[in-house]
Amino acid sequence: MNFASFREKIGYQPILLGAFALAASGALSWASSATGEAIAAAEAKDLRDQLSEVLPEGFADNDFLRDTLEIADAERGGKPQTVYRARWGGAVKGAVFKRVERGYAADIQVLMAVDAGGKTLGVRVLKHAETPGLGDKVELAKAPWIKGFDGKSLGDPAPGKWGVKKDGGVFDQFAGATVTPRAVVKAVKGGLAFYAEHREEILGERR
Amino acid sequence: MSKTLGSNLGGIMKDGLWTQNVVFSQLLAMCPTMAVTTSGTNGLGMGLATTAVLVVSNALVSMIRHTVSSQVRIPVFVVLIATLVTVVDMAMNAWLHDLYKVLGLFIALIVVNCAILGRAEAFAVKNGVVASAADGLAMGLGFTGALTGIGLIREFLGAGTLFAQASNLLGPAFAFLEVNIPGYGGALLMILPPGGFAVLGFLLAGKRAMESRLQARAGERCGTA
Repeated sequence: MNFASFREKIGYQPILLGAFALAASGALSWASSATGEAIAAAEAKDLRDQLSEVLPEGFADNDFLRDTLEIADAERGGKPQTVYRARWGGAVKGAVFKRVERGYAADIQVLMAVDAGGKTLGVRVLKHAETPGLGDKVELAKAPWIKGFDGKSLGDPAPGKWGVKKDGGVFDQFAGATVTPRAVVKAVKGGLAFYAEHREEILGERR
Repeated sequence: MSKTLGSNLGGIMKDGLWTQNVVFSQLLAMCPTMAVTTSGTNGLGMGLATTAVLVVSNALVSMIRHTVSSQVRIPVFVVLIATLVTVVDMAMNAWLHDLYKVLGLFIALIVVNCAILGRAEAFAVKNGVVASAADGLAMGLGFTGALTGIGLIREFLGAGTLFAQASNLLGPAFAFLEVNIPGYGGALLMILPPGGFAVLGFLLAGKRAMESRLQARAGERCGTA
């Protein structure tokens, strides 16, 4: 029996499919183990770059990537929230964490740094799917709007003024896009409230 | 032998770049075409990544074409292509991380690009490894050209720039490609989905008009001869 006729037999098909599935899984697990370390390193570098974006230069002398704290966030059903702590000489000087708020198109991910006293050090939008040209002005690359949060705290502006101008607040909205800046303002305000609530927990523990 | 292969390769190139162009003639891969052509840089990056996958998948399919029976060829090719794209995705994430941050979302989309399975079915199953790889290269370059062209037109009309952030994709040496038209705010509509359909429609109409004119001219010449 030659190969051409054997190839048409019913028994050949499952063996062929099985062999290919096996080869594919082998290739995938090899590739995964070969790239795993490099991917983890690249992602750690990304995180470090992002954290350095919101923290002023020379603010911390510790490896804040490793100095983390998991705090259950009551507002989001007790989901753990990772807090990175920036120290100088052992004392916690600030905290960096992410907040997520629903934007116009999808969730907006915000990374923010707060100093020990509860003042905002810096805010950046990490991820969003807002309308290009309208809502994407929350990116620093498109507009300096996001820097307007620097130095703000829960009491400054007053609680009633924590909103976009359309809602009687102090922050600008964009022409044609109110939902996006409103969501970012809400995220930052929520982050400050979260920090105020867990301040002792974040500051207290010494390593 | 080498001469026939040589003239064959010329035909393959012409097919991929123009006559059988993935976007403008076969109207395949419309999903990535619409999604990534918001700028010339995005189109170029997606096109190059697709070209790489297309060359390797065509070569592999051609290599196994005698082993695989026609009854189960589709699932085998699908597994092969999906594996290949996943490996490319992981490799780019690990070693070309900056590029991956720009294109990451689209790499996984290559799996559902019907042009890849289409070329496996239409060409690689019936042809040798070299010809199949060449076909993958030609089709990929044609796709890259189409995506970059549509991307540049949309970017120019929509944002008033050309090849914005090209240095992210190709390295700082290519920063000279980046052009900014001063004083033009851009027509946002062209960046949004309707702009993609409009630009593609005009380009398709243009290609058809050009071809029918060429055909008419060729017909005239035959008539007088």
